[in-house]
Amino acid sequence: MNLILDNLTTGYGHKTVSCGLNAILQEGRLTCLLGPNGSGKSTLLRTISGAQRPLSGSVTKTDSHTLSIVLTSRIDVAQLHAWDVVAMGRHPYTGYFGKLTALDDEIILEAMQTTGTLDLRNRNMTSLSDGEAQKVMIAKALAQQTPVILLDEPSAFLDFPSKVSLMLMMRNLAHNHGKTILLSTHDVSLALKTADTLWLMNTDGTMHTGTAQQLSSTGDIATFLGDSAQYL
Amino acid sequence: MKQFLLTILLIVLCLTNIFTGSVDIPFTETLHILSGQDNGINPSWSYIILQSRLPQMLTALLCGAGLATAGLLLQTAFLNPLAGPSILGIDSGANMAVAIVMMLAGGTITMMGTTLGGYFLVILAAMTGAMVIMAIIASLSTLLKNPVMLLVTGVMISYITSSFISLLQFHTTEHGLQAFTFWGMGGFTGVTLERLPVFAGLMSVCLVLSILHIKPLDAILLGDAYAQNLGINTQHMNRRLFLIAGLITATSTAFCGPISFVGLATPHISRMLCRTATHRTLIPTTMLLGACICLLCNQLCTLPSSTTLPINTITPLFGVPVILWVILKGNRE
Repeated sequence: MNLILDNLTTGYGHKTVSCGLNAILQEGRLTCLLGPNGSGKSTLLRTISGAQRPLSGSVTKTDSHTLSIVLTSRIDVAQLHAWDVVAMGRHPYTGYFGKLTALDDEIILEAMQTTGTLDLRNRNMTSLSDGEAQKVMIAKALAQQTPVILLDEPSAFLDFPSKVSLMLMMRNLAHNHGKTILLSTHDVSLALKTADTLWLMNTDGTMHTGTAQQLSSTGDIATFLGDSAQYL
Repeated sequence: MKQFLLTILLIVLCLTNIFTGSVDIPFTETLHILSGQDNGINPSWSYIILQSRLPQMLTALLCGAGLATAGLLLQTAFLNPLAGPSILGIDSGANMAVAIVMMLAGGTITMMGTTLGGYFLVILAAMTGAMVIMAIIASLSTLLKNPVMLLVTGVMISYITSSFISLLQFHTTEHGLQAFTFWGMGGFTGVTLERLPVFAGLMSVCLVLSILHIKPLDAILLGDAYAQNLGINTQHMNRRLFLIAGLITATSTAFCGPISFVGLATPHISRMLCRTATHRTLIPTTMLLGACICLLCNQLCTLPSSTTLPINTITPLFGVPVILWVILKGNRE
């Protein structure tokens, strides 16, 4: 499923955050959303997910069957098991009391296998490492069986190996499971190496899109990085 | 399995609540009274069993189940382990409204030609008071996700209501003061057999409503953003949960006076017992456990042979340790 941003303007009330965004989020590709703090990455993700209405323009409509999210913050609830969290991905499909069928169980199992979290199934969410907890949330998104997955800085609190394994997992999900994935991150070098497409947000509320190569040749990445480029 | 054991415990406690008390009534006589064959049996025994112990047992059962469920709903809605009807000051709100009615208005209000009085007015006042506080709390709900802010807000509400109540007590008649003090001690003795249907009806409706929310309650555990993504209108849902919890607190406060700690502590004990946070298991367990705890408290209150202790002398004994445990555990993680 492709998502189309058509002249999309995001913001709150009278405050415009980004304006006139045109882009296509493509199926089967890992798209990384880059940009400095305050450039409107989270606002854009919230607008695409439907949690917030666009100020003007439009974005392809989605619902709980077509789009799932993974956030930075951890689930901090006592006695909540990883399996139960992944099972909540089935909520849009289950009946009034949320009873799981054998098919639901199978889908949950598969989601946990794909993300390598099956061993964590009986662990409490509070006892997991940041990387493990994030993978459980990705498993929940997979159990939701949505063609589109949005991730808001999922690697923010992870150590470097976990960041890499998360990016590779997302790329695998895009390439081999046909998912449409948009992931915001501050890890520029990792995004340049793993993403199929980059969306680069600027502080002036505009956005450039393209492959790492394209954006390098137009100089957009150099502008974004500024003096910090030499330490990359 | 745990629910099964709790059900057995509940039945045992119901029986001990009926068969034992401050007056010694022989076992076989009690059986006869319960089965309606009370010919030739001391009529005061029959009165004690049917008019006092039976309604008291049912009241404790429903009140415990209700308050514990209200605590669970509030803890999930606020994603805050310290939320509960008494901590948030909902029962203080009910308390204050009842105080106004009993002490300021003298127990009756004449409105549009009709005079409201007695228990109906107390119930109406408690509902109004609880709902006003609930509305204030709901408007602060984002602030109250922080445990410290929640405690501070609850304490502030309690201070304001108790200072207002003190003021009323200072200026009221002796009769009003006596009526309010007696009501405010809290206990399951106030619900007579005639009042029981109203109380039981209100509580049962709230308990059923809570069960109907098992699925969205689970999703809310993941936080607003995830819950919305799963297709839940979180604002709408929170308002509904606040309303149910407020109604339970108002009902229990109106009929039994403020009862502390049952709502806060019981959900934690059930989480520890069941080792899960999913409401499919937690809601029934919390209801059973809350009922057991209130029946046990009621039993302990009637143990001293000459008098019946106020229920709130017992509830903090298990409530306070649970709060401390939650705070200490939170700091360790």
